[in-house]
Amino acid sequence: MSDITDEDLHRLIDGQLDLSRREEVETYLQQHPADAERTRLMAELNAGLRAVYDAELDEPVPTRFLLAPGIRKSRYRMVAMAAGLFVTGVLSGWMVRGTVITPNLALSLPRQAAIAHAVYAPEVRHPVEVEGKEEEHLVRWLSKRLGTDLKAPKLAALGYELVGGRLLSGPNGPVAHFMFQDSRGVRLTLYVSTRSGEPRETAFRFSQEDRVSVFYWIDGRNGYALSGEIGKDQLLGIANVVYQQLNP
Amino acid sequence: MDEHPIITHIPRLRRYARALANDRYLADDLIQDTLERAWNKYHLWRPGSDLRAWLFAIMHNVFVNQMRGRRMDLEILTDELPIVAVRDTQSDGLELADLRRALSRLSVEHREILLLVSVEQMKYEEVGDALGIPVGTVMSRLSRARERLRQHLDGGANAVSLKVIK
Repeated sequence: MSDITDEDLHRLIDGQLDLSRREEVETYLQQHPADAERTRLMAELNAGLRAVYDAELDEPVPTRFLLAPGIRKSRYRMVAMAAGLFVTGVLSGWMVRGTVITPNLALSLPRQAAIAHAVYAPEVRHPVEVEGKEEEHLVRWLSKRLGTDLKAPKLAALGYELVGGRLLSGPNGPVAHFMFQDSRGVRLTLYVSTRSGEPRETAFRFSQEDRVSVFYWIDGRNGYALSGEIGKDQLLGIANVVYQQLNP
Repeated sequence: MDEHPIITHIPRLRRYARALANDRYLADDLIQDTLERAWNKYHLWRPGSDLRAWLFAIMHNVFVNQMRGRRMDLEILTDELPIVAVRDTQSDGLELADLRRALSRLSVEHREILLLVSVEQMKYEEVGDALGIPVGTVMSRLSRARERLRQHLDGGANAVSLKVIK
């Protein structure tokens, strides 16, 4: 029986041994207690490893891992897109004005918003600084930093939950950035900046910034831009809801 | 709506990623990058072949690439932490927490092979496909990995008694 090899013992405990061979190996082990003990220990490790790791299979899978191919975006593409949006923004600003100016100042509100969207919406680990469950704290903090009374719109009825928000730096100072997400992981962001000059109001305007659709408007001293990679009509419906909630 | 076949494998991929990366955040990145690649390359998967082995092969490659980016060399694949007694307790039974800790101290190559064979219960041929190595290498690496795992568990005390029969 000396033709029993180490491989046979591994195959035995891994259930990968032919039936006929298996009988030979088992007979061998009955006559060789040391190898039988070693095999028992290896089988024990096998069972132990499964016990350790099988429990993890039952944990719920986060939505971000479940996005279907059409919805899922490569983070690298998004980063490239953000860079592209920024460069074209700088170039158009530069060409129109014909002089070298601070790049940020050349970026229009929808373009600033689209860049922020492209940067943060695909973020897996840190999409926001303060999570939606701390909404009150988030709104208080951002209101204080922007020096204006902010509100986070409630879009749950439309299927979008508040992920949270963060503070950004914009060309005119601090910017509040709120993020929302639906059950498929599609994200919308609301970019709120403050502006100097006389308070004024504008109608909704639409801008397509690469793949990011943006509806933006100015209300008093605040500029708002709602961005998402969804259809224009759909985004308009949501922008209306946002507007109404912010102006009850 | 039926779940896409890739989606049904996500819990297994996540489990593998966590044990490979030994860090939840790195594991998340690994899963994300693996899934992106899998969705993009899904048209290249041959129907009828084993989807799980195909996905694990992608994860293996992504992981190796991520590590290459971090370390510039692949020695990390065979790095192993020194053997110390990982058992906290003096109980005779195999403590699962000890086992997890012992596995995490093994080299990546040894961890991979044990996870695929013992936990995923893949056939040796599938393991070879997933790791891009011949079955002979699967066998020798598996044998060595089991030996090392046992040594880590025993703190090296019984290492001598683990002789390999040929």
